[in-house]
Amino acid sequence: MAESPNSMNNFEFHTAEQILKLCHKHKLFIGEIAKRYEAERSGKSVPATRNKMKQTRNVMYEAVKKGIHSTQKSKMGMVGGDAHKMHLALKKIPEMIGNKVTIRAMSYAIAVGEQNAGMGRIVAFPTAGGAGVIPGVLFSCAEHFKAGKRKLLNGMFCASAVGLIIAEGATLSAAKGGCQAEVGAGVAMAAAGLTEMRDGTPEQCFHAAAMSLKSYLGLACDPLGGLVEVPCIKRNALGCMVAIGASDLAIAGVKSFIPFDEVVLAMRNIAKIMSPKIRETALGGLAVTATGNMIKKKLGMKITPMDL
Amino acid sequence: MSTNLSIFDIAGPIMVGPSSSHTAGACKIGQFARALFHHTPKKVTFYLHGSFGEVYKGHATDLALLAGVMKFKTSDPKIKNAFEIAKEKHLNYKFLTRDLGEKYHPNTVKIVLEKGKEKMSVIGSSVGGGMIEIVKIDDFEVYLKGTAGKYLSLVVCHDENPKVLKDLERKINKLGIKIAETVQSHYKDERLSVLSLEGRRITLEEVMELEKNSIGIDFIRSLSKLQQTA
Repeated sequence: MAESPNSMNNFEFHTAEQILKLCHKHKLFIGEIAKRYEAERSGKSVPATRNKMKQTRNVMYEAVKKGIHSTQKSKMGMVGGDAHKMHLALKKIPEMIGNKVTIRAMSYAIAVGEQNAGMGRIVAFPTAGGAGVIPGVLFSCAEHFKAGKRKLLNGMFCASAVGLIIAEGATLSAAKGGCQAEVGAGVAMAAAGLTEMRDGTPEQCFHAAAMSLKSYLGLACDPLGGLVEVPCIKRNALGCMVAIGASDLAIAGVKSFIPFDEVVLAMRNIAKIMSPKIRETALGGLAVTATGNMIKKKLGMKITPMDL
Repeated sequence: MSTNLSIFDIAGPIMVGPSSSHTAGACKIGQFARALFHHTPKKVTFYLHGSFGEVYKGHATDLALLAGVMKFKTSDPKIKNAFEIAKEKHLNYKFLTRDLGEKYHPNTVKIVLEKGKEKMSVIGSSVGGGMIEIVKIDDFEVYLKGTAGKYLSLVVCHDENPKVLKDLERKINKLGIKIAETVQSHYKDERLSVLSLEGRRITLEEVMELEKNSIGIDFIRSLSKLQQTA
């Protein structure tokens, strides 16, 4: 390799504090730092790295496109066709209070979730369970702003950087940390990515991420029958609302009182003390409700009595 | 060295649903196990631990593990049909729920691959977002991360005589490939070393040549192809 040994670590970061320092040093936004970090660690060029993100975006876009027109129900019949309902509501139901952005965001997020449930191709961004929020928020808002591809891709890189910090400081696994680690992380990442797309400062991006993540601390992962369907998919849809709200707060100048890195540590702490019953095992919460147990029975799983 | 996470570990993998840890990660563990075993197995037994054991059916963890052992990519829509394809290939498979012990991550599987007298056991964990770790190979405690790295690894099982590994390292260097790091684990009088390579990709022919011409080496496995994301 032609690069000098020191150049390896030029763009390395593990925390928000570190990446903010890099942003100021190089006068670049978070997404640009993340792109260079990846180029550096993979040994590929910056344009090649950008291109890979473009392919990632294309797969996400395909999943959204398929999902909003699909009316197919999942195997257990729990989900399917809701993205299409929201998509139609945009044109057909004048009483909707949300605007084009929020309705599209929810429709796209559900579309990805439904594709995933049907074993369709998606991008696990950050995980399959939380994969709807980022395309939901970033695609609908990019349409709204008429943002170019460059902006959208930078928003995706920024979101990835935030995800990486969560992965290093806490976890992105619901089996380890509950839903805060999947939908929660996705919402924080989307909020930051959106804020960057709106030309918010790197600090504002992390305020948006911190405010989002704080709203998801401690959320149980208690899916019915252990399937990534209920409540996961609708949590993705509603998560878009939180991300958009958090980004608006940050753009308005509202700051998170607790810095992002500390929120990540709080998440790690909660993951540690969270009962395994609400960590993707389908042994607690919604999974052991009467409806949850009915699904378990259908799947041939052991019925778990609700511990009240 | 760059064992750092990739941006595309977060914005990825591109996968077939429904779960990154229970489907994509499981598929990746299967791929690693297959690469470590090197042969085409006739029989595979999966011992599912923790959350893997509780919810594997709904997440298609079983399909994904089996697909991985048959070298499918995490984004391959054929994962859905893994059972039928295994039957066509005359691959016997079995899924059992087993508590492997507290020290393991909740999403852990022990895979036992067999072909005639050849047998290997691999324990791997899916640690979130499709990222995996291989933590045990036969009796050796190891730590292999399944991320999209530029660094390539060789897994070598050899005698405790330090000359054996030195000799192998010299031969690898002669091929123009540098060794960035060697991590060794012990079991009785045998050693398992994981060599992280730098520079170019080692070819399968070169690996087989090394294995054939070295004394005191049980086996050498290359994991270089697996470290690419699907």
